[in-house]
Amino acid sequence: MGFEVAVNALSLGSLYALIALGIALVFGIMELINFAYGDLVMVGGYVILLTHGEGWLFVVGATVVAVIVCAVLMERIAFRPVRGADPATLLVTSFAVSYLLENLARIIFGARPKTVDAFSMLANPVDVGPISTTTLDLVTLAVTAAFLCGLALFLTRSTAGIAMRGAAEDFRTARLIGVRANRVIAMAFAISGLAAAIVAMLLLAQSGTISPTIGLVPALVGFVATVIGGLGRLYGAVIGGYVLGLVTILLQSYLPLSVLPYRDALVFGFVIVLLLLRPQGLFPSRALQERV
Amino acid sequence: MTRLAKLPRAEAMRTVSPLLGPALLVIALVVLSTFTSGSTQRAVTNGLISLVIVIGLYMFVGTSGVLSFGHIGFAAIGAYTSALLTIPLAVKGALLPDLPGFLANASMDGTSAALIAGLVAAIVALFLGMAVMRLNEISIPIALLSFLVIVNVVASNWEELTRGTGSMIGIPRTTGLGSALAWVLVALVAAFLFQQSRTGLKLRGAREDEPAARAAGINIWRERVIAFTASAFFVAIGGNLIAHQLGSIAPVAFYLDLTFTTLAMLIIGGKNCLAGAVVGTFVVTALAEILRHAERGIEVSGIGFGATPGLRQVGVALVMLACLAFRPAGITGGREFVFPPRRRPKRLARESGTGEVDRPASGSSLISAASPPNQQQ
Repeated sequence: MGFEVAVNALSLGSLYALIALGIALVFGIMELINFAYGDLVMVGGYVILLTHGEGWLFVVGATVVAVIVCAVLMERIAFRPVRGADPATLLVTSFAVSYLLENLARIIFGARPKTVDAFSMLANPVDVGPISTTTLDLVTLAVTAAFLCGLALFLTRSTAGIAMRGAAEDFRTARLIGVRANRVIAMAFAISGLAAAIVAMLLLAQSGTISPTIGLVPALVGFVATVIGGLGRLYGAVIGGYVLGLVTILLQSYLPLSVLPYRDALVFGFVIVLLLLRPQGLFPSRALQERV
Repeated sequence: MTRLAKLPRAEAMRTVSPLLGPALLVIALVVLSTFTSGSTQRAVTNGLISLVIVIGLYMFVGTSGVLSFGHIGFAAIGAYTSALLTIPLAVKGALLPDLPGFLANASMDGTSAALIAGLVAAIVALFLGMAVMRLNEISIPIALLSFLVIVNVVASNWEELTRGTGSMIGIPRTTGLGSALAWVLVALVAAFLFQQSRTGLKLRGAREDEPAARAAGINIWRERVIAFTASAFFVAIGGNLIAHQLGSIAPVAFYLDLTFTTLAMLIIGGKNCLAGAVVGTFVVTALAEILRHAERGIEVSGIGFGATPGLRQVGVALVMLACLAFRPAGITGGREFVFPPRRRPKRLARESGTGEVDRPASGSSLISAASPPNQQQ
């Protein structure tokens, strides 16, 4: 039983880490907590719904492209006009974008959940040594590992990646030494969109249903994971995601049945307690400290 | 407020006009609406209830400048508390057989129930605030969102107390135009007195320049906790009004939809001033009402557009985005209603016309009202 719990926790944690990364990437550069990130996941879900008759490679390609385009458009249309405003304004803007997208989806696709069996082949049980798990769990772990490695390489080895890190550290100075603001922000949104597309596919493979509100839980989780990880730190967000996944699975596995319905309340209660113990998150970022 | 008597008449007028202006506007609207149809009156009542919540929200978000995604949790607490205290005993016994004794036998009039609902929420807010207000202003909204989720999960699962995701029915439908108006006026007066109080002024100082406020010795944590508690009280009263208007409530009514709508009202109107709360609520309610009719389907030159649920939300979101992009300080620009207008040097008047927040007009009247003028000391 212990092994299964561990694999479940790692798998869910990976999913949460991906979500948190998508939010943290954008936050690092423009101090925007993108609430509408969950709706990128939702867009991805509907692209899968529309394309799921085709081969899986086509579905993956279409989802990735569509969500990245949507993320970049979102930045161009909604967030560029308010760039540089205080964090509260940015946050509320993303809240409005999220609300807008969710209700557009409601108008276009209806409020009812729809079933998609695009990735049902992943649900097969697999035994790895003594651990019985599903292909999906393994795929989730592998995809997350690949994404993290790819992102790490990109951020440390490529010019664009180094520019992004510079912009996250100190946006004004980065611009002074020639980093293009529009390009680096669009880049952050594009990568965030890629993460959202992956999350959308993994989520749909898991639940098999899509509804306009599917983005809500990912957004909440991502939010909370970035905050407990310490806003502005990418590895903080990843660890925050894994911590949240672990706590959720532990509660899920060991709570008595009568308390189980309150699992989410306990998870979020844990978040509040954690923030009280460490108001700046687990790994406080220096870049965020206010300079006077 | 006793100091008002010592001020010159025009100055005294300017001091109280941020309260009188919105109050008279609301009263005028209500009086006008009594001549209209029942459905319009219901829309106005809805608007008034929203206004109570928005004013409550303003007391925290507006004065402190810190966003909150969690206040609707207090509306839920207010609605359920008040419902449990007022549902007739016979109905309650059948509906919720497992209630603890003191709740099972509680039977109160609407006003006491409302006050208790507000107090319960305020007590929760006091403890929650003491914890959460230690965070920075980016994390506070997230932590409060966690609170909203917690309230929603608990309300959806605590069958003995809330009937879970099912509706709680049989709540006396006592909210009408009159009682909603009365609570709006109470909330307006309270918010006005609060923003002129020491706490209100300190918070507004911290909102404009936090490091400077800290340097001046302001304990921002303490002031935020006070504002949070007071604001929760009125948001809960608003929730209580909703319960008594609909007659039945479910947890889903107090979640992100209401959170978004009330925040949109405050921000579209201008979150930094009381007038903004009133104007924003009015504008968004009117807009939502128009779009609600459109949702049922409209006919333009013979071509019918089908009913599109969700149109209302999309419309409000678009207006809010446009507002954030083009008029971030809201319709009112963050300036209170001040009458008679103060004569200012031409240059200064031009400068303040650039949409800068809360400067000469309300700023100076605020100082003269709250701190004793120097000549008196």
